[in-house]
Amino acid sequence: MNPGSQAVRAAGGPIRLRLQVNGHRREVDCFPMARLLDVLREGLGLTGTKEGCGEGECGACAVLLDGVLVQSCLVPAVQAQEASVETIEGLRGPGGLHPLQEAFLEAGGTQCGICTPGMVLAALALLREEPDPDEAAIRAALAGNLCRCTGYVRIVDAVARAAARLASGGPPS
Amino acid sequence: MRAYLPAYHAEVPGSLRAALETMAREPGVWTPLAGGTDIMVLLAAGRLPPGKYLSIRGLPELSGIREEQGAVVLGALTTYREVRRSAMLGRRYPMLCLAAAASGAAAIQNRGTLGGNIVNGSPAADTPPALLCYDAELELISMATVRRVPYDGFHTGYKTMDLRPGELVRSVRLPARAEGAGALHYYRKVGTRSAQAISKVVFAALGSMEGGRVRACRIALGSVAPTVLRCRRTEGVVTGLPLDPARRREAAAVLRTEIAPIDDIRSTRAYRERVARNLLDDFLARLAATGGPGD
Repeated sequence: MNPGSQAVRAAGGPIRLRLQVNGHRREVDCFPMARLLDVLREGLGLTGTKEGCGEGECGACAVLLDGVLVQSCLVPAVQAQEASVETIEGLRGPGGLHPLQEAFLEAGGTQCGICTPGMVLAALALLREEPDPDEAAIRAALAGNLCRCTGYVRIVDAVARAAARLASGGPPS
Repeated sequence: MRAYLPAYHAEVPGSLRAALETMAREPGVWTPLAGGTDIMVLLAAGRLPPGKYLSIRGLPELSGIREEQGAVVLGALTTYREVRRSAMLGRRYPMLCLAAAASGAAAIQNRGTLGGNIVNGSPAADTPPALLCYDAELELISMATVRRVPYDGFHTGYKTMDLRPGELVRSVRLPARAEGAGALHYYRKVGTRSAQAISKVVFAALGSMEGGRVRACRIALGSVAPTVLRCRRTEGVVTGLPLDPARRREAAAVLRTEIAPIDDIRSTRAYRERVARNLLDDFLARLAATGGPGD
């Protein structure tokens, strides 16, 4: 069975979307073609995920959907039925912040902050697959995330710093 | 977000059969929705026609890469990520992997599909020129028929194609290649930047040399005409002949008559003509340098 086929049989009106968001079961009514971005921000009040361009160019709305990095502005709700979503609000670490978030603070990888949630999620997706990336791999992994403040150097530094910290302290959560 | 959401219906069929039945019941009414990386852009811009959308994403019958009697069959829902990461495709059809890696960036590659890239029908799409060089075929399926068509010729004009109401692309078939191991696979995408950009010109070419002459050569371009374009007359100028400078100049002159680039938001006609000519010349220079057997 294709996931979600039951829930949307009655097309035409809103659907009841069932999600696992940052480990918590959530339900929200929305139209099937609503953007996951709007479901998160407006339906669930999770405004950490940002809207930049709204056309899949900038990466500000990046989240992990069933563990996979996506632009939430390009995902219709109907394709997220019964999915697990990780947003910036779900990141935690031993000291409160996740090591990636700490590294962004320390390296100066954040200025205005609009791109930061997407950057952190893209970096998290990278580090789960490739715990010890070189600079080229970091830059490739962040190539779909635009930042208009930092010039990227400090963001790349932050990800390298987080990778080193995570390597000494176990796998990323 | 400028779309009126209640005007869009969407269903998720449980199987390929259910999808085809839905489409057969109301031919031409349902628009298939795969990775959403093109459709959702139009939605947010208020340019997606209201109507009925069928989310075929995740259907196992349209997924997966397999080898079949020397050919390679890619399900229409194969993502760019899957293409990019396939070591087998990297060995046999490397331009397809380069094209997938040049499409968007990680998040787009995780969702966008080969079938979607084809049916979206953009003349600027990144994978079609590679598919043209590799003589790809499409398998099209509806409740009534299954048919196999050459990919070359599938696009009939700007955003129009030989896809009947009720039909889906089931798979893309890449035949076994005959050029041999020494062939040059040349893929270049020219855009504003390496990631995320939509191309100004895409150039794919496949060639091999024998005894100082071009044994076989295929050239295909994107963003230079209303559809992606196989340039057979340009191929004909060099096939069977040595690649001396005069021959290369003639090829460039013929290429110029085969393509019809325009001025638009991404580039100009003049720039596209110049880049297409430069890429052709670079390809032919590199092809000549491979020499090939008997040199």
